[in-house]
Amino acid sequence: MADTLEIRNLHARTEEREILKGVNLTIRKGEVHALMGPNGAGKSTLAYVLMGHPAYEVTEGEVFLNGTNILELEPEERAHAGLFLAFQYPVAVPGVTIANFLRAALNAKRQAQGLEEISILEFRKLLMDKMRLLKMDPAFAGRYVNDGFSGGEKKKAEILQMAVLEPEFAVLDETDSGLDIDALRIVAEGINALRGPERGFLIITHYKRILDYVRPDFVHVMVDGRIAASGGPELADQLEAKGYEGLLQAVAQ
Amino acid sequence: MATPAVELLRELEEYKYGWRIPDVYVYKAPKGLNEDVIRKISEMKEEPEWMLEYRLKALKHFLERPMPTWGPDLSELDFDSITYYVKPAERESRSWDEVPEEIKRTFERLGIPEAEQKFLAGVGAQFESEMVYHRIKEELERLGVIFVSIEEGLKKYPDLFRRYFGKVVPYTDNKFAALNAAAWSGGSFIYIPPGVKVEQPLQAYFRLNMPDIGQFERTLIIVDEGAEAHYVEGCTAPMYSTYSLHTGVIEIVVKRGARFRYTTIQNWSTNVFNLVTQRALVHQDAHMEWVDANIGSKVTMKYPSCYLLEPGAHGEILSMAFAKDGQVIDNGGKVLHFAPNTTSKIVSKSVSKGTGRASYRGLVKVHQGAKGVKSHVVCDALLIDEHSRSDTYPYIEIEEDDVTIGHEASVSRVSEEQVFYLRSRGLSEEEAVTMVVAGFIEPLVRELPMEYAVELNRLVQLEMEGSVG
Repeated sequence: MADTLEIRNLHARTEEREILKGVNLTIRKGEVHALMGPNGAGKSTLAYVLMGHPAYEVTEGEVFLNGTNILELEPEERAHAGLFLAFQYPVAVPGVTIANFLRAALNAKRQAQGLEEISILEFRKLLMDKMRLLKMDPAFAGRYVNDGFSGGEKKKAEILQMAVLEPEFAVLDETDSGLDIDALRIVAEGINALRGPERGFLIITHYKRILDYVRPDFVHVMVDGRIAASGGPELADQLEAKGYEGLLQAVAQ
Repeated sequence: MATPAVELLRELEEYKYGWRIPDVYVYKAPKGLNEDVIRKISEMKEEPEWMLEYRLKALKHFLERPMPTWGPDLSELDFDSITYYVKPAERESRSWDEVPEEIKRTFERLGIPEAEQKFLAGVGAQFESEMVYHRIKEELERLGVIFVSIEEGLKKYPDLFRRYFGKVVPYTDNKFAALNAAAWSGGSFIYIPPGVKVEQPLQAYFRLNMPDIGQFERTLIIVDEGAEAHYVEGCTAPMYSTYSLHTGVIEIVVKRGARFRYTTIQNWSTNVFNLVTQRALVHQDAHMEWVDANIGSKVTMKYPSCYLLEPGAHGEILSMAFAKDGQVIDNGGKVLHFAPNTTSKIVSKSVSKGTGRASYRGLVKVHQGAKGVKSHVVCDALLIDEHSRSDTYPYIEIEEDDVTIGHEASVSRVSEEQVFYLRSRGLSEEEAVTMVVAGFIEPLVRELPMEYAVELNRLVQLEMEGSVG
């Protein structure tokens, strides 16, 4: 189906154990879904499995991106198809500037789509536009990718990458963790700036905090490798009030 | 990385300098090294008697001196199978039109005349044992800058030549310095007069074409007080199943307040033993930098050194090695602090891929009485896969208390997490690994003139081709 990211009965495991035990979730473009849940529920595993991390084996199920089963694709092919993962722990690549990295990434995507390479000047303009949109200092693009970054800078860099690569579906894995209130606001504003009918979001988070800034259309609660409850934004409020156990008991009744 | 690496990779061959032309020479010595060969070299070069005597003394020392056993394995190097002297043309030319056609085409294919036009102050080109071309811009010649072959230096500037030749690197320094002192042929003689600043680089390019050949370039550079210059050497050869030998000796004198940089981009084919001695004497407030990038060769042993002789002298060595399957690159640098308030920095970046082994071997020595010395050594190794290997031998000898010495070393591997992160942004596995490597050597590449930085990055991308998957 066009314009959807559809996860069907997804099971995945590491060598040691099964983590995802049948996840079902459909995201349409224009929608923002929040995925909450206690530690160890499998939220980050879901993010990694969607992107194709080699440490996880999918044992059952499908993931369709605009109708194509992406589980057959390499991570870079998933990126070319329009999927993006903002990492919980972005990795440093010393010696490579954000600008050079993003230009290579954008050109790889354009090449896969049969488009011409973007020129250095065009890219520079694009990058500066995006940085202005996200209210970032242009000097930031000259720094080495995540090298010596604070927690907040790493997350800002992830948002900048998302802005430049313009994915159709973005999975944000605990992008709010470890941020102080100012950094959280900047990151949230970045997400809101990129929100729109051409893009779907899955925001994975422990806390309701970020949802005060980025209002989700749907909230899901994951427990033990499955989606245990789904609802509107009010679900996050109930969660805040009752805690996971309380909420799940309420849902069970 | 300016453009997607892979696109570039697919356009180019693995080692794009591996082609050869038919043998071109006007004289070729019989294989092996003996007194007759040395006498013949000296005779053909119409040398003064003292030089012949010097060569013969050096030959004796070479034959008597045992092979070094502290470094890479050299047991496959068979001195008897090497041709020690091949004269490619009747004479050296100052115009490309006078260079024999096939040789000229070789250098055109390597892009040398084009680079000369675009951004070089002067060019020397060596084919087999002799320089076939040497030329410097006229305006520099008018300022008194000398840039000629070493043979012409000996002929035209005998006093200046004799004052320094063999003084920086005596033939007794090591077995291969002795070999070079006996068999030397080709290389540059450079003199920069006081206060003259040569803005564009001077470049020498060394090409081997025949199999089983030895090349013994000898370069002598004198940078007079307050002068500045930058010399770049590049080298390539065709690939053969038998071994060739490149044994250079580079002697440099940097006088008071002068600045000099010597850059090597070594890209020999992987059947060449590259055993080189490079040393600079650095005087008061003078500044010497070695930028040493080693990508090619079967075995490289090379430790550019700075002897800081007077107060305020500064020495810097930036060293980069990239060893792929079957290669052993043993490089690094040496700084000897003889005087107070001298400073130095060594930065080494080594990359090992497959069964390749790139190692850092270095020495910082502070002599007694050299108070206020500051030295900093950083050696980083990057391993690309499971079986690649790197070793570090950082020797530090301090005879003085009042010094500040820093040493940092790291070994890292291209991590699965880095590769996955980059792939998640749309880069292929190969592009991802190449990007990590390019970033690793960036601090060194940044120091090169733009044209060379581009070239080096491209070489590294070539080395990475087919490295994964």
